[in-house]
Amino acid sequence: MNVLACVKRVPNTGAKIVLTDDNQRIDASNLGFTMSPHEECAIEEAIQQVEAHGGSAHVLTLGPEEATEQLRTGLAMQADEATLLETDGSEWEPRATADAIANAVRGLADDGTEFDLLLLGNESADAANYQVGVRVARELGLPCVMGIKSLDVEDDTAIARREISGGEEVYEVDLPAVITVKEGINEPRYASMRAKMQARKKAIERLEPSGAAGPGTLEKIRLEAPETDDSAADVLGDGPDSVPEIIEVLESEVEVL
Amino acid sequence: MILAFVEHESGLPDELSLEALSLARELATAEGVDLGAAVFGDEGAALADELGPYGVEEIHHVTHDELGGYAPEAWGESLAQLADEIESGTVVVPGSDRGHEVAAHAGATLDAPMATNCVAVEVDDAGVYELERHRWGGSLLEHARLEGDRKLVSAAEHEFPVQSADEEAVPTATEFTPSLEADHLRVRVDRVESGDEEGIPLGEARVVVGGGRGVGGPEDYDQLEELADLLGGTVGASRAAINEGWRPHDDQVGQTGAKISPDIYLACGISGAVQHMVGCKGAETILAINTDPEAAIIQKADWAVVGDLHEVVPELNDAIREQT
Repeated sequence: MNVLACVKRVPNTGAKIVLTDDNQRIDASNLGFTMSPHEECAIEEAIQQVEAHGGSAHVLTLGPEEATEQLRTGLAMQADEATLLETDGSEWEPRATADAIANAVRGLADDGTEFDLLLLGNESADAANYQVGVRVARELGLPCVMGIKSLDVEDDTAIARREISGGEEVYEVDLPAVITVKEGINEPRYASMRAKMQARKKAIERLEPSGAAGPGTLEKIRLEAPETDDSAADVLGDGPDSVPEIIEVLESEVEVL
Repeated sequence: MILAFVEHESGLPDELSLEALSLARELATAEGVDLGAAVFGDEGAALADELGPYGVEEIHHVTHDELGGYAPEAWGESLAQLADEIESGTVVVPGSDRGHEVAAHAGATLDAPMATNCVAVEVDDAGVYELERHRWGGSLLEHARLEGDRKLVSAAEHEFPVQSADEEAVPTATEFTPSLEADHLRVRVDRVESGDEEGIPLGEARVVVGGGRGVGGPEDYDQLEELADLLGGTVGASRAAINEGWRPHDDQVGQTGAKISPDIYLACGISGAVQHMVGCKGAETILAINTDPEAAIIQKADWAVVGDLHEVVPELNDAIREQT
């Protein structure tokens, strides 16, 4: 079974977010980059499915040359192959992104690599557009299930489970299919130093992306860090001595006691 | 016409859909067009009485022999066909998983752009939407332009208060039967399996006791569980604690976990990373217990106790027990 995991390079934001002077992007100079959490799980799921069923795990991203860093992370996690759809680093609209991925999948098929399963993150950490997976699927004529937290493949069927309030929806779809996953579907493995060293030597295929959006546009103008109330908390006290004050808050202010 | 996709449970619209209707009504007013609602399911027709107060003038009940259960592609395809039929330029959906999924399919069918998680939309003279939308779970705002004869927007969760219209409408109700092919129906809910229903779901709890890396290990969550029980609440966790394997993933509060909106969030041993804060920013009140007075959570909380949760929480539990 051949599985493709699509990932996105995003700034690593654990701390306060600072924007570039032109308000077009996050200043990542002190943050570094990573891939969206859901997508790290997509890679892990691809590798686990290949470990269970045989075949090959392939990781793909649309992004600048520097996004090879995320592809090498995937290779270090034991993906077999990696493809960069190399851009100048500008942000692509979701429809153009989906078109480029679909075109790349068709191109890889022409070259002999057909995928049984395409895995994407449910939404990216930065833009959260919630549509690239569906648009890729629709363009390729494949079924798509979003937001999956458990996936089993039996013969040519994917059994995918999605959490809902009070339980799970279960979907059974024929392969090939597109599935977007959520964090929690698995625990992404940590790559060993040896695996990281080996990944540095693996070849990464570079392709020029061809993707276009249809009529109409969604165009980013600028980003803005919203005003936050950092006026600091009222400190009730230190340690257990503050318990009476906590009780007071729970009783009088919040009225949950 | 502005067309809103309304989710409902047995004929009662859900809260996120009513929030989306607030945005849809703003757009309909700005554009001087009618507000319509698309509803699916057998009880959809019962929504007429429910949606009039929100200014919905037309209810389109989407019916089809094969549309008994949820089928994402078929629902999106149907929504797109309906938008075509009634010549709706804009489709508004709630910022829920289902809203986004159906809209993504409708957007693919219509080949139209879609802006998710919008918090404000202005319409200019040319019909272009100047909008603000959440990025990074709401820790950043994006100003964007959405233009085209067909557009889709989703309303970010809890950003548009549910408000009835100035003038209640008496909606007309019509049935719409889409033309569906087998491919549209190949993805559908095969079955629903009920889960472990113990405890209060995070999204519905009035009190959430959150534990982070400072909790130190899975066994120490017992103290937090006890506190949550005493307050009639439930336990959540930061991503750090999930990654350590101390709590199941379902407990995660944050950008890729649950978005909570309790009356109070007791954040114990949580540093207050951006990704965590976007999950709990809907809390009415945040009370942080942390050994580090410089922790980011102290800046963002309403109240704070500087101290070790392992000392504070057991004392707090004892005090609450004595009192009740």
